[in-house]
Amino acid sequence: MSSSDGLVVLPQQANGNPTLSQLRRVILCAGTGCMANGAMKVFEQFKREMAGSGLNVILELRAEGADHDVRLSKSGCQGFCQMGPLVSVVPDGILYTKVRQEDVAEIVQQTLVGGQTVDRLLYKDPATRKACRGLEDNPFYARQSRFVLHECGFLDPEDIQEFIQHGGYGAARKAYLEMTPEEICKKIMDSGLRGRGGGGFPTGRKWEAARVQTSTKKYVICNGDEGDPGAFMNRSVMEGNPHSVIEGIMIAARAIGANEGLVYVRAEYPLAVERMRRAVADAEREGILGDNVFGSGLSMKCDVMEGAGAFVCGEETAMIASIEGRRGMPSPKPPFPAQSGLWGKPTIINNVETLAHVSRILKEGAEVFHSVGTKDSPGTKTFALTGHVANTGLVEVPFGTTLREIVLNIGGGVTDDFGRLLKGGFKAVQIGGPSGGCLTQDHLDLPLAYESLRSVGAMVGSGGLVVMNERTCMVSIARFFMEFTQRESCGKCVLCREGTKQLLALLDDVIEGRADAGTLDLLEKLGRAVQVGSLCGLGKTAPNPVLSTLRYFRKEYEEHIFEKRCRTGRCKALLKPEINEERCKGCGVCIKSCPTGAITGEKKKPHRIDPELCIKCGACATACKLHAVEGV
Amino acid sequence: MAAAPVAVDRARKFEKVCNILERHNYRPSGLIPILQAIQHEYQYLPEEVLTYVATSLDVPPARVFGVATFYAHFALEPKGRHVIRMCDGTACHVKHSVPVLNALHDKLGTSEKQKTTADMLFTVETVACLGACGLAPVLVIDEQVYGGMTPERALALVDEIKTNEITSDPGSPSAEQPAIGEAHVQ
Repeated sequence: MSSSDGLVVLPQQANGNPTLSQLRRVILCAGTGCMANGAMKVFEQFKREMAGSGLNVILELRAEGADHDVRLSKSGCQGFCQMGPLVSVVPDGILYTKVRQEDVAEIVQQTLVGGQTVDRLLYKDPATRKACRGLEDNPFYARQSRFVLHECGFLDPEDIQEFIQHGGYGAARKAYLEMTPEEICKKIMDSGLRGRGGGGFPTGRKWEAARVQTSTKKYVICNGDEGDPGAFMNRSVMEGNPHSVIEGIMIAARAIGANEGLVYVRAEYPLAVERMRRAVADAEREGILGDNVFGSGLSMKCDVMEGAGAFVCGEETAMIASIEGRRGMPSPKPPFPAQSGLWGKPTIINNVETLAHVSRILKEGAEVFHSVGTKDSPGTKTFALTGHVANTGLVEVPFGTTLREIVLNIGGGVTDDFGRLLKGGFKAVQIGGPSGGCLTQDHLDLPLAYESLRSVGAMVGSGGLVVMNERTCMVSIARFFMEFTQRESCGKCVLCREGTKQLLALLDDVIEGRADAGTLDLLEKLGRAVQVGSLCGLGKTAPNPVLSTLRYFRKEYEEHIFEKRCRTGRCKALLKPEINEERCKGCGVCIKSCPTGAITGEKKKPHRIDPELCIKCGACATACKLHAVEGV
Repeated sequence: MAAAPVAVDRARKFEKVCNILERHNYRPSGLIPILQAIQHEYQYLPEEVLTYVATSLDVPPARVFGVATFYAHFALEPKGRHVIRMCDGTACHVKHSVPVLNALHDKLGTSEKQKTTADMLFTVETVACLGACGLAPVLVIDEQVYGGMTPERALALVDEIKTNEITSDPGSPSAEQPAIGEAHVQ
C-alpha cells in the first residue's frame, strides 16, 4: 500500500513541475527504424559534445533538477522512420532529420548554444522544396491528429516516472478507485471504440460480454502479434509508449474483473519485447501492478510472452492455443473467448492500439474521443504508410480521412523505385495486408472507415497502407499475398490449406504464361469457396487480395493470359527479348555476356536470340551499349 | 561403455536444458518459452533435446515436435554462424527485396531449401515483416538492421563479414560452435 500511495499520480502536479515544461530537451528517436540508421551513435556523440560544450546538461534521466538547462533523452518511434535518425529540440520546436554523428557538434554549437537552426538538417517537403523547421509546418505531421501516438516520440519509453508525471496511470487509478466495472464498460461502449486489430468489433461490447460471466478467474490478453507484413503501428506503440499499453490492460482487467494480463508480442520485434518487459518490471517495482493496486485491495499482474513466428496466432483462439503451449490453431466460435478462453476462463483479447486508446477515453471522456471520425467509426486510426511514397511512416488520422489526403498530402506523393517523386504515377494502394484488398485511383476520395472499405472489397485490417506506382504488376502482388497466406495457413481447414495452394498455382499459371480463358473463373470460384469454407479470419480473408485485384485490375490479368504480356515487365516468363536489327552493329558483346549461349550471329551482322535457350536474365541488355536488346 | 557413465554423461550434457525446464517449473503449458530458451542456448532444437523435453514434461514427443515444427522461429537444423534475414514484407517486396535475396543466394550457393552454407558460416532466411517498413527493403545480419538494401550493398556486407572471418579466425569456422557440438548426443 505504501508504495502505491507514495506514487501519487496527479496530472496537475506534473503541470506545475517546472523541470518538465520549461526544460529544454534534445529528444532522439530510438525506434527500430532510427536505431537501424545509427541513432545510438548519434546519441553517444551528443553525450560527448554536450559534456564538452559548457552547457548544463542532464544526462541521467532520473537526476532531475531545475538548475539544469538542457536534457538529453531517447524517445520511442516518432513515426517518420524513413527520415531517421530524428532529433527534436523542444520547446524550440525544431525537428532535424537524417542526423549523422558528424552533425552533432554543429547542432550543439548552433542550436543549443547559439539558438540558431541548422538549416541543412531540416526536412525538405519534396513537393514544395520548402524546408520545414518543426512539426507544425511539416505536412507529414501537421495534417495528422495524433491520439494514440501523441506521446510516442516525446516521452522516454524507459522512464516510468516521466509517464506518471504526464498523468500516466491516472486513468487506471480512477478505474480502480472511482469507477465500477459496469461504468467502465459503459463508458467504452459510449465512446464507440472499435477493435483496431482488424475485425473492428466494438470493444465495449466485448468487455461487457466478459464482465457478465461469473468466474473467479478471468484474463486480459493484449494482442501484439502484429503479423501483417507492412504494418508496424503496434510495434511503435509498444516501443514508444509501453506504459500506455499496460494502463489499458489494467483498465480492461478492472472492467471485466480479471487479475491477470498477458502481452503477446511478436518475436520479430525484439525492442518491443524488451521495452514491454521493462515497463512491466518498472510498474511492479512502483507498486502499480501487484497485490494491492492503488490501495483498492485488488490484485493485478502482467506477463509478457514472445510469439514464435506464426501469423495465424493473431487470431484470438489460435493465440490462446499458443499461450497454452500448443500449436497455434484456431477453434470454432462460439464459445467466444469472452465466455471460455484461456484455460477455459473468460478472456478478452484486445489489440495494442485498442488498449492504448482506453486510458485517454477514460481521462478525457467518450465525447472527446468520438468528436472526430465518422459515426460508425469514431476516433482516429494509425496507418503504416509505406511503399512507393515520398514520406513513409506512421500516420494517425481521424476515420473518414480520404486516401488522397493520406497518400498525396501527408505522404507527399508517389515515387519511382529510387524514391524520386513522380507526377501522377499512382496505381493502387494495398490496405489491410494479406486480408485486405487493393484500392485504385477511383477510390482516392473514399473516406476511410470500417464500412466504406468493406463495401469496396477491402478492410481496415491492422492498417497497413502500401502505395504502389505504375511499375507494379498487380498479378504479382496478388501472388505475393497468396504465397504468404498459403505459407501461414495452419492446415486445419481443408479449403484454406489446399485452396490457398491451388490459388497460388493458378496465379503462377497466369504469371508464367500457362493460364487460359478458364483460369480467371476458377480463381474467382475457388476464392469464394475458401472464404466460405474456412474457420478463422486467415482463411476467410486469404482470397481478398486476389478477388480485389481481379475486380479492379482484371484487364491486367487478361493481358497476362491472352497477350502473354506483363505491362510492367516484372513477370520474367512473359518477357520476349529480341535484338533490334537496325540498332545492332554485330559487335559480339552480347554473345560474350550470355550465360547460356543463346545469342548467335556473325561479326558486323545483326545477332539473334534463340528463345529456346534464352533464360531472360537480361545480361545482354545490360551489356549492349547500343540498347539493341529489347523486351527485357 | 558401461551404462552408468553414459547416463552421467547424458545428464551433464542436458544440464542447460534441465536448468531451463526447472525455470519453467516443468509446466507443459510453458512449452513455447522453454523451446525458445533452448534454441537461444543451442541456436537450434536438436532432436535428442526435444525427446528429452517431452520425457521431462511428461507429454508425448509428438506434441513437442508438433509445436517445434509449427512455428517458423524454431529451427530443427543448425544455423550458420552469421544469420542473414531478408525482410519480404509487403513494403520491402514492392521495393524489390527479391533481387537482393537472389543475389545473396547466388553468391553463397544457398537456396530456399538449403538455407545454410556448407561451411556453416552463413544462413540466409526470409522473414515476413520486421516492422521497419520505412527503410525498405531491409536486411538483418546478426540482429543488426540495414535499410535501403540493394544487391550490391548486400554482397558488400557479406564480403565484409567474410574478410573479418579470415583475419580474425584462420581456423575452421565450425570450431567456434561448442553449444551445438554439445547438443549432439550419441
